[in-house]
Amino acid sequence: MTTQNTFHKDTWELYKGLEMSKQLTSGKTLAALADEYPEVVAMSADLSKPTGLWPFAKEYPERFFNFGLAEKNMVTAAAGLASTGKIPFVSTYASFLGVLAAENIRTAVAYPNLNVRLIGTHTGIAMGFYGTSHHATEDISITRAMANMTVISPADGVALAEMIEESVRTYDGPIYFRVSRGREEPVYTESKEVQNKIGKANILRDGSDLTIIACGIEVLQALRAADQLSEAGIETRVIDMHTIKPMDVEAVLNAAEETGAVLTVEEHNIQGGLGSAVAEVLMESNVSCKFKRHGFYDENSLIGKPYHLYKHYKLDAEGIASVAKEFLNK
Amino acid sequence: MTEVNTDIKNKVELIKEKAKLSRLETIRLIAKAKSGHYGSSFSSSEIFATLYYHVMNYDPENHRWKSRDRFVMGKGHSAVGVYPILADVGFFPKEELDTYTDLGSPFGDHPDMNKIKGIDFGSGSIGHGLSVGVGMSLGARLDNEDYRTFILMGDGEMQEGQVWEAAMSAANFKLGNLIGIVDNNKVTVDGHTHEMMNIEPLKEKWESFGWNVIEVDGHNIEKLIETFDNLPQANSDIPTVIIADTIAGKGVSFMEHGYEWHVANLGEDDIKRAVEEIEGGQ
Repeated sequence: MTTQNTFHKDTWELYKGLEMSKQLTSGKTLAALADEYPEVVAMSADLSKPTGLWPFAKEYPERFFNFGLAEKNMVTAAAGLASTGKIPFVSTYASFLGVLAAENIRTAVAYPNLNVRLIGTHTGIAMGFYGTSHHATEDISITRAMANMTVISPADGVALAEMIEESVRTYDGPIYFRVSRGREEPVYTESKEVQNKIGKANILRDGSDLTIIACGIEVLQALRAADQLSEAGIETRVIDMHTIKPMDVEAVLNAAEETGAVLTVEEHNIQGGLGSAVAEVLMESNVSCKFKRHGFYDENSLIGKPYHLYKHYKLDAEGIASVAKEFLNK
Repeated sequence: MTEVNTDIKNKVELIKEKAKLSRLETIRLIAKAKSGHYGSSFSSSEIFATLYYHVMNYDPENHRWKSRDRFVMGKGHSAVGVYPILADVGFFPKEELDTYTDLGSPFGDHPDMNKIKGIDFGSGSIGHGLSVGVGMSLGARLDNEDYRTFILMGDGEMQEGQVWEAAMSAANFKLGNLIGIVDNNKVTVDGHTHEMMNIEPLKEKWESFGWNVIEVDGHNIEKLIETFDNLPQANSDIPTVIIADTIAGKGVSFMEHGYEWHVANLGEDDIKRAVEEIEGGQ
């Protein structure tokens, strides 16, 4: 059996309709930039379709390289290409990019400060019952420990497209983009105005009792949690901290001062991820506030369908709201 | 493009002298650092000198010249033997080498592309070099440039799986502009390569990965020149690997073939003996 045209949005039942991965906008975005920027090239390790690179690969086959199942070679070759003036976009699952090829990223890309853009997809536990080998709950931690590296976890396909475009037009140095499976609902609506700028957090909702700082697909869940918390009388500020490194320090400190309580939410181990990065900012400031990190508590995920897993780990709206209430003792 | 010193009529003699220069400077610099890679630098001396004084196109005045031939070491630990050559051909003043391994010096055991003019890509993580070369060769093709990319690898490096990922991809992408060179000096850190982890049959391995394979005596300058002069065209479809039969520690009798000299530090008397042998060597 190869096709199942119905997509169950709650259970994320597996099926072959890649067109449902609407938030994986890298290929479409790069194809639109390709004529203006001949230095843009792309590559994948046998995952050009599931990662969303395919629209570029199809339209510019001479500028797309499929490296087969050889991620270390791919990342290092991207570094060689960047040394000749190209801007290579490398995309595969995050578990095989930010985790498997970490040494190659560190030594061949980050250390020489080359313009390689790495896009790790299917982050966190998006791969559900495929299991720990296909999960990536360490990649923020790994990549942000590398000097020169910018680490970005966009909330949706619009955000990814905008920051890919910025990375081609004006941004220098290596970037690790962390995106999910692409079947999630979006946060941003496509617009002529740029809504996501690298290094600048977005305050998507204001509140005075609590701030939730989230990244990636947890931004939408945080917004929905804020709605639920509002019904319970808790007014929540929600910050989309899409750029984890370099972090928008001002947004963090303002949130701490103005709301007095900060909860971070990420689909990642709380050790070393977004929560740790926010904690570092807070601990070195003169601002004191209540603080909690939410995500994976130094654990590997159970096997299960994504919907059930997000619920189990309290990474859906209801779960985040319950964690927030407990955090505030309300 | 560099001009070869015309004062020395015979190119072979010139290359021989420059290989000596590389070895003597390696001894001087390692004495300063008090630890370094003698054996694996000496096995590459003739290869370095042949590339920089005969084969490669480059411009010390414009070190990032787009059309230059590229040279990358997978075995970056031989960099101490390349720095003196880069200085000699004019990428930077020779005096800069006196900072070798000092705090903040551009020159360490492994080379850094952003700190040293003439280094086309950094190295140190063995097994990366050929992959970098794949990227550079793809870049050349995209830009319609006919430069070549030379990647020097160690025989121990053949044990790294990534080398074979790169070998497979270079043949797949038809990179005739990519030239691998294996400095087959037959020693690694812990012992003789074949005793540690056998890499043979090397020729057949490369052939089976779709490469054009040439075997040559890596210390015979005439043969090296002949090999490099007769490489397939850069726009051909098949990558070439030169398996250079070399001797670890070549040029210093008590070091030759010994894995103990892969990383070492010579005492004063030994330095004297080694320098005498290199200076008197044919």
